Amino acid sequence: MTDKILRPLPATDRDTLPFWTGGKDGRLLIERCNDCHHLIHPPTGFCPQCEGRDTAPHAVSGRATIESFTVNHKQWMPGLTVPYVLALVALEESPEVRLATNIVGCAPHEVEINMPVTVRFEQVDDLWVPLFAPISASVEHDA
Amino acid sequence: MTAYAEKETAITGIGQSKISRGADKSALGLTIDAALEAIADAGLTRAHIDGMATWPGDRADGSGFSDVGIPALQDALRLKLGWYSNAAETSGQFGALFNAIGAIASGLCRHILIFRTMYEATARKAGFANALNRPGDRVRGPFAWYAPYHTYAAAAQQALMFQRYVHESGIKPEQVAQIAINGRRNASRNPAAIYRTPIDMDDYFASPIISTPLRLFDCDVPIDGSTAIILSHIDAARDGPHPVTHIEAIGSSMQYRNSWTQLDALATQAQPKVAQMMWNRTDLKPADVDVAELYDGFSFHTINWLENFGFCGRYEAGDFIGDGSRIALEGDLPINTNGGALSAGRMHAYGQVHEACVQLRGLGGNRQVNGTPRVTALSTAGGPLAGCFLLVRAN
Ligand SMILES: [Zn+2]
Repeated sequence: MTDKILRPLPATDRDTLPFWTGGKDGRLLIERCNDCHHLIHPPTGFCPQCEGRDTAPHAVSGRATIESFTVNHKQWMPGLTVPYVLALVALEESPEVRLATNIVGCAPHEVEINMPVTVRFEQVDDLWVPLFAPISASVEHDA
Repeated sequence: MTAYAEKETAITGIGQSKISRGADKSALGLTIDAALEAIADAGLTRAHIDGMATWPGDRADGSGFSDVGIPALQDALRLKLGWYSNAAETSGQFGALFNAIGAIASGLCRHILIFRTMYEATARKAGFANALNRPGDRVRGPFAWYAPYHTYAAAAQQALMFQRYVHESGIKPEQVAQIAINGRRNASRNPAAIYRTPIDMDDYFASPIISTPLRLFDCDVPIDGSTAIILSHIDAARDGPHPVTHIEAIGSSMQYRNSWTQLDALATQAQPKVAQMMWNRTDLKPADVDVAELYDGFSFHTINWLENFGFCGRYEAGDFIGDGSRIALEGDLPINTNGGALSAGRMHAYGQVHEACVQLRGLGGNRQVNGTPRVTALSTAGGPLAGCFLLVRAN
């Protein structure tokens, strides 16, 4: 699936930049507390579990489960390829960390709640946008 | 019962501009129409208004989401204020109302003009563009977590929550459809509604899918229009021309993560604790509610509120709605009696506040519910936003 229009990109700051650039090295970076290992998302530099301030980007497995999804049919913008799947996925390491994403690597009608997925990245300008594909899907650069 | 602040207040006046899909006045002009009507309805003059509140305040971004703020209206009407509040970061769209309650209870003012103005129909015709559709601009704030995934509207975010609700509850599309069908049936009796031609099940299923499981008829209608409310101290309200309409209890809590992606409970959104707070501040029970004006930015919101208010059990809304007869004007619990946002236009539940007062005063005409309604439940917002309250007409 090749989108004809570019993905709108997020503004980044020192807290969020690791998340949006970790894909350069193939890594999904989630902020983690160095004291109690709690995963913190969105990144804030503060651990809500132990109140620690010693946090750092941490590479997680990239495996996740689809908590919910929607197949978008409306062409909101000229050039937007529809349908496409928007989803919320929960990380294997911590269901508390939920990411919005697109599901790629399968047909929209094949997507289901609770489906296991794994991360892949799409570079847009200076950022690497995390996308997810079914774990059963062949690894190909079709994002 | 504790003397909560809201019990010192009452809605004394309501006003509404013409609601349309393309106004022949500016957004400020519509707001002045609504404000003057509400002030007169309360039996007051501009000189009595000593406070103002709105949600979310002037965004000045051309989207039409909120083109009029307090400075513009205060100056146009030459109001002399002891207090005002325009704030987006409140407990949902009713935050303006909740702030006003606090101002009255603390003695800062007596009569507060509250308004909500939308100018989205005109803005869309003008081709409004924001960072999402201007290549090169970076998206800031909470939406930045969604934007890279081609999420251009609240519909897609809400569809994610709706899908999770469908998964957990097993609600049937035919039951969801009744929210839209009921709204349109009621709108057919409301001369001010945008869409007035009744729809049936076939029409609902013929309407295009926006983002599964949301269809077009599940989504509210962008409009140009303004609604105004006068909130007064209860002592002053007793001097007004209408039966006193008490604010009985409010629910405004934020006990979940305030995030569109990290919200604790996807399927039920932020509403359960808000409703619980409201019921904790009154002796009334869900069974006491005569009419419910339940937010319908999307039909899913209304379904959620039926459960979260306790009109039925968790995941029982589908069966509660059934063939739609229970929620119809003649039913046990009439909802969205003016057509709601789905058919009467998107006013972020301020239209529903207006309609609740119309029903409590018995002025609904063709759409007036049976008997003499005394208690209405009102709600607004979805996702991490939520607010609700009870209105009770004095005997
Ligand atoms: Zn910690």
